[in-house]
Amino acid sequence: MTASAPPPVLEARDLHTYYGGAHILADLSFVLNDGEVVVLLGRNGAGKTTTMKSVMGLVRMRAGTVHLEGADITGEEPHVIARAGMGYVPEDRRIFGDLTVMENLEVGRQPPRPGAPAWTPERLFGMFPNLAEMRSRPAGRMSGGEQQMLTVARTLMGNPKVLLLDEPSEGLAPVIVDQMAATIQALKAEGLSILLSEQNLHFATAVSDRAYIVEKGRIRYEGTMDALAADAEVRNTYLTV
Amino acid sequence: MGDFVVTLLTGLSSAAALFLVASGLSIIFGVTRIVNFAHGSFYMLGAYIGVTTVQSIGGGAVGFWVAILLAAVLVGLIGVAMEVLLLRRIYRAPELFQLIATFGVILVIQDVTLWIWGSEDLVGPRAPGFTGAVTILGQRLPEYDLVLIAVSPLVLAGLWLLFNRTRWGTLVRAATLDRQMVSALGVNQRWLFTGVLFLGSALAGLGGAIQLPKGGADLLMDFNIIAAAFVVVVVGGMGSIGGAFLAAILIGLLQTFGIQIFPNSTLILMFLVMAVVLIFRPWGLLGRPEIPGHGVVEAPEAPLRPAGRSLRIGGALAMAFLLLLPVAHLIAPSLVGDFSLVLTIEILIFVLFAVALHFIMGPGGMVSFGHAAFFGGGAYGAALLVKFADAPMEIAFWAAPAGAALLAILFGWFCVRLTGVYFAMLTLAFAQIAWSIVFQWGEVTGGDDGILGTWPSDWASSRVAYYYLTVGFTVAGILAMRRILFAPFGYTLRAGRDSPLRAAAIGIDLKRHQWIAFTISGAFAGLAGALFVYSKGSVFPTSMEIARSFDALLMVLLGGVHSLTGPIVGATALTWLNDLFSELSYWRFLLGATIIALVLLLPDGLAGLGDSWAGRRLGLASPGSESGAGPGSGSGAGDREAPA
Repeated sequence: MTASAPPPVLEARDLHTYYGGAHILADLSFVLNDGEVVVLLGRNGAGKTTTMKSVMGLVRMRAGTVHLEGADITGEEPHVIARAGMGYVPEDRRIFGDLTVMENLEVGRQPPRPGAPAWTPERLFGMFPNLAEMRSRPAGRMSGGEQQMLTVARTLMGNPKVLLLDEPSEGLAPVIVDQMAATIQALKAEGLSILLSEQNLHFATAVSDRAYIVEKGRIRYEGTMDALAADAEVRNTYLTV
Repeated sequence: MGDFVVTLLTGLSSAAALFLVASGLSIIFGVTRIVNFAHGSFYMLGAYIGVTTVQSIGGGAVGFWVAILLAAVLVGLIGVAMEVLLLRRIYRAPELFQLIATFGVILVIQDVTLWIWGSEDLVGPRAPGFTGAVTILGQRLPEYDLVLIAVSPLVLAGLWLLFNRTRWGTLVRAATLDRQMVSALGVNQRWLFTGVLFLGSALAGLGGAIQLPKGGADLLMDFNIIAAAFVVVVVGGMGSIGGAFLAAILIGLLQTFGIQIFPNSTLILMFLVMAVVLIFRPWGLLGRPEIPGHGVVEAPEAPLRPAGRSLRIGGALAMAFLLLLPVAHLIAPSLVGDFSLVLTIEILIFVLFAVALHFIMGPGGMVSFGHAAFFGGGAYGAALLVKFADAPMEIAFWAAPAGAALLAILFGWFCVRLTGVYFAMLTLAFAQIAWSIVFQWGEVTGGDDGILGTWPSDWASSRVAYYYLTVGFTVAGILAMRRILFAPFGYTLRAGRDSPLRAAAIGIDLKRHQWIAFTISGAFAGLAGALFVYSKGSVFPTSMEIARSFDALLMVLLGGVHSLTGPIVGATALTWLNDLFSELSYWRFLLGATIIALVLLLPDGLAGLGDSWAGRRLGLASPGSESGAGPGSGSGAGDREAPA
């Protein structure tokens, strides 16, 4: 490696994760460079969510290493990984339904971090105007799209450097999906590096620079979005239902 | 009119201690999902420590209150010690395993308290400035009652501010909903857990200390308050402090008014109210249904396997030992004394009881906190037949399981509508109702004096004959339950435990199956009770009390809830340990310390030890030894949801 090339902002190498006796992730590796949006594409059950959880420390890996900005975070507890600058937005949102919007944001709040965009509730309300109108509403009484916005905003309150976005378009109305795509592009412009997981190729193409295709817990394909767009065979093999 | 007002005020004042203890219990449960059985012990410690701090600081106008608060803080620190030294090490253990640890703590605290403060009841210090009485509508009310009436709303307001106006409180509320997500947002749960244990324990300590001028301190306070505190928490709704407040007042009023209207049924009344509330509002007055998914999901349980070679050999050896023990006794009475038969009979009875409880707890996934109702129900069923119908043993023996089964049909109808902690609490409530009836209905049951003279028929009256009778019933009972578990009924039960929704979707009437299982379990517990009553020749309300239910729970959990041999191992070990220590002074301390040590050393239970040993020998990882995480978002929590 030459001195001019900085280490990738997130690097996972040879991850192996088991649930009981079932081998869910096998030899899975990927790299996320500074300022990139990279997507893990794959069908239901391919191992995308498990990859995210393994990286975040929510599921214990049996083997493999994870480095965040060059620092080894393998096997650390989730709160240590979060404080190191990793933001995690779960697939099923997991907002705190009894807490108000402001309180949800408060739970996510962490001190600002050098080299990462700093967020305040006011800045986030600028980005998600819907939320601004319901600051003191219990989050459980919001629509699915609003909850999806809140879960992203809540994670941003931790001022992460890297964002793990697990299927952000899932179950949302088309107009909200477009809004989510705009949000991801805005976050990228802020300097965040984003790892996305998706089944929706159209959405992924709109926001990502590169793609990994995951199937049965292994990486089957790696390439830029343009290369993937040109490769009908790969798409037909791994992505169409 | 004056009577009414004063009774009302007395009821409100008696709600104070109840509210303080219950709110602490509720807060701890909300975040840690641990039902802290030792919470009553913290209340008792609050009273004893309060006596000491008042003595050393002096009960002056300021000193008294400083001493009371100091006692609360000290108890809070004891709670922290329990969390850091004990609970923190076993958060990853299977759900409910922490219960055992808190049982151990109860026993240790009982003996430590006895050792420090002695066995005499202590008279509480008077509160300076509130030693007189006020006259209300011609009736006198102690001034201190007015202080107590003011305490609950003040504490409620303070807790509300803490939980709604501070970052710590917001984090605690969030953790109550989804603690894994809180940790993924960068919050170190350890401090939340420790803080919650401090707050909850300090509230219990405050409850104990603040009631001193009214009630003093004695060694029975722990069990006396814990049942009432459970009732308050469940009636109010687990995790809801406002609910605990409402329920404490309700129960406090019920007790003071109840004592005037039904002087002999105050205990029954309280549990009856709880049963009624849970039937109409299964999650309590202000509680909400448990959201499945995030938090308490466990690894999928390994399937039960038919007996392998090692189990068959072990079973045959155990059987041979049981059959030959009396022979050894007859040949060499000096080596194998009469007592070894007595002890083995007792062990066998509790093995049958524990296996019956495990029948619904393990494969059925229904945790009963009140199984002594059926054990005692069987025992009393047999004894009452003897007392009033002069029934011979042969008849009473069959009546006992039948009576216990009827009781289980009645209780089960209510209980199976609930799940999880609420199910457990409702079983406890019913068991306490049964116990209070036996305890307070002296004309029929003899009350505290019990029923004497339940001796076996002549043919079974020798020690050896009764021994073989016990062996026969216990072994037959265990094999029968085992057979049921490997029949389609058993598969259905396990299917319902692992996925109630899917079971319902394929057309299984789960509640009905659970009800039947509950009844079967109750019948076998009743059989154990009948064996017990004829081995002792008498029966007392203790055979139905909470401690007996806890014993059975402890046996199952200590043995390992995931294994069919677990309850057998657990009951044998615990009954034997109980006997071993019972001769010694401070045996509770020894037993409690042993339990705590076992919990720390063997987080899978005693049977888990055997499993993993066998697993290693066969070159297989034992089920669950790998990451406890299952597929799906909620299950991911299994391994790492709690701080290590």
